[in-house]
Amino acid sequence: MNVVVCVKQIPDPADPGELDPETNALKRDVKLILDESDSYGVEMALQLVTAAGGGEVALVSMVPNSEVSGLRTALAMGAERAVLVSDEALAGSDALGTARVLAAAIGRLGEPDLILAATESSDGYTGTVPAQMAQFLGLPSVTFAKSIEVSDGQVKVQRQTEEGYDEVECPTPCVVSVTAGVVEPRYPSFKGIMAAKSKPVDEVGVSDLGIDPDSVGWAGAQQKITGVVQAEAREAGDIVVDEGEGYLKIVEFLEGLKVI
Amino acid sequence: MVDTIWVHAEANEAGVKTITLEMLAKAREVADDVACFFGGDGDDVAETLGAHGATTVYATGDLDDALIGVPVAAAVAAMIEDGDGPDLIMCGTTYDGRDVAGRLSAMIGAPVITNVVDIVADDDEVAGVEPVFGGSTDVTTSFDSDQPGIFLVRPKSFVAEESGGDAADVEDLDVPDLGAVGTAVVTGRHVEESEGPKLDEADLVVSGGRGLGESDSYSMIEGLAKLLKAAPGASRAIVDAGWVPYSFQVGQTGKVVKPTLYMACGISGATQHMVGMKGSKNIIAINKDPEAPIFSIADLGIVGDVHKVLPALIEALEARS
Repeated sequence: MNVVVCVKQIPDPADPGELDPETNALKRDVKLILDESDSYGVEMALQLVTAAGGGEVALVSMVPNSEVSGLRTALAMGAERAVLVSDEALAGSDALGTARVLAAAIGRLGEPDLILAATESSDGYTGTVPAQMAQFLGLPSVTFAKSIEVSDGQVKVQRQTEEGYDEVECPTPCVVSVTAGVVEPRYPSFKGIMAAKSKPVDEVGVSDLGIDPDSVGWAGAQQKITGVVQAEAREAGDIVVDEGEGYLKIVEFLEGLKVI
Repeated sequence: MVDTIWVHAEANEAGVKTITLEMLAKAREVADDVACFFGGDGDDVAETLGAHGATTVYATGDLDDALIGVPVAAAVAAMIEDGDGPDLIMCGTTYDGRDVAGRLSAMIGAPVITNVVDIVADDDEVAGVEPVFGGSTDVTTSFDSDQPGIFLVRPKSFVAEESGGDAADVEDLDVPDLGAVGTAVVTGRHVEESEGPKLDEADLVVSGGRGLGESDSYSMIEGLAKLLKAAPGASRAIVDAGWVPYSFQVGQTGKVVKPTLYMACGISGATQHMVGMKGSKNIIAINKDPEAPIFSIADLGIVGDVHKVLPALIEALEARS
């Protein structure tokens, strides 16, 4: 079974970043890492391929600037190869443009049985790309999966709902988005890290995919940022260091609210 | 102002979902005419939607066991292609709402503005307001498209309010032939029972995070929640670690809560958590790290170990009851 995982390389979330005052886009000139949300998809793909008794996990990703450090992490976990769409024209892409590019990049990897993505990235968090991409690929999709089984050309998914979960079935090939926490992502081994350095990364431009560069990035985004303001800040209240009596402050506060 | 807004209506056994009614309240402010589209039997929802200001509900009828994203989006896309669409579409940031918005956007080539917490409209344009960086910055985005723009609206952004309208007219929303994209089917539904108040409706919420140290310590959160008749919640870190189910998660990816009191125990206050709870009226935070970002928004912050503060608090509360 062949699985493609869509992965995103993002600025380290521990360093929340800032907006470029010129363009109002997220500044991305810092070192990029593999979005932790995507490590679950990579792990799930590796486990599904093992369970199927063979096959390959491949990656697709896009960046404006040839960055590969996050991809190498996923390759070190065990993915075999990657298609990286790298093009300055991609800067400023909205979710729809992103989905269009990823769908075309997946086309370079033959006919995978399954395409996995995170439910949303940790930096842009639109959460619409998996469904948009599935539409461009002409495939069914199951979003918000908390478990996946594949057998006899059918995918069985437990899909998160507000009340619990639904069991959903869908024929392959299809797109499935996975929630964080579905599996425990493995740490890359030293051997894996060394091997990842020589795994193939097929770097292509937007026009190599048959996509008009004017339809992606700033040029193609059909939305424009018209304002950026500081939100009304919440004032910090009393900060007390606990020396055994901290709980009394809480009791007092609860009494003040009349909840006890 | 805009002429027409269509709101994606969602319902469950208990009736029309609150998120739908919240969006209707805002849509009435912004548009001259408000209608709904619904994947199901329109007669089930027409009265409630009408009472909240929808003049019409375009309904597909029973969709059997299909996952609703594709059929609902395809039906709306067909109306838009026929020239019968609205100026603007609103979907809720729910599991199905995101499917509908994503599919529809790709079908008609329309942009989606996501994580919207407010909508501002003047004579020329309509824009969505989205909080970024944990809510410290608000970004306003408007559409630049020939197609109807789609807003994905976060729960609890607006207050649901009846407008006293009659039942909405029910009109057919015809689902076209879907082919391969429409082959996902629901074969079973599971409701996870939980005791006490529901997390996103509770007046008091007690949440735990990584600072609890180990999975067993979450029982302190449940114990305290029970004493206060609060709903127990969690940060993404401990949901990812498998200590509690996803349905407990408060934050960007989980539930948005706005209770009277939110207690964050052993939660440092990652961006993704703060977005989901900073609208709480009162916030108490307990954390070992005095630099934890959660203290910047707490009304009462206790710098200390949850393993000492919580047992003492629980004992004190038990002694009172």
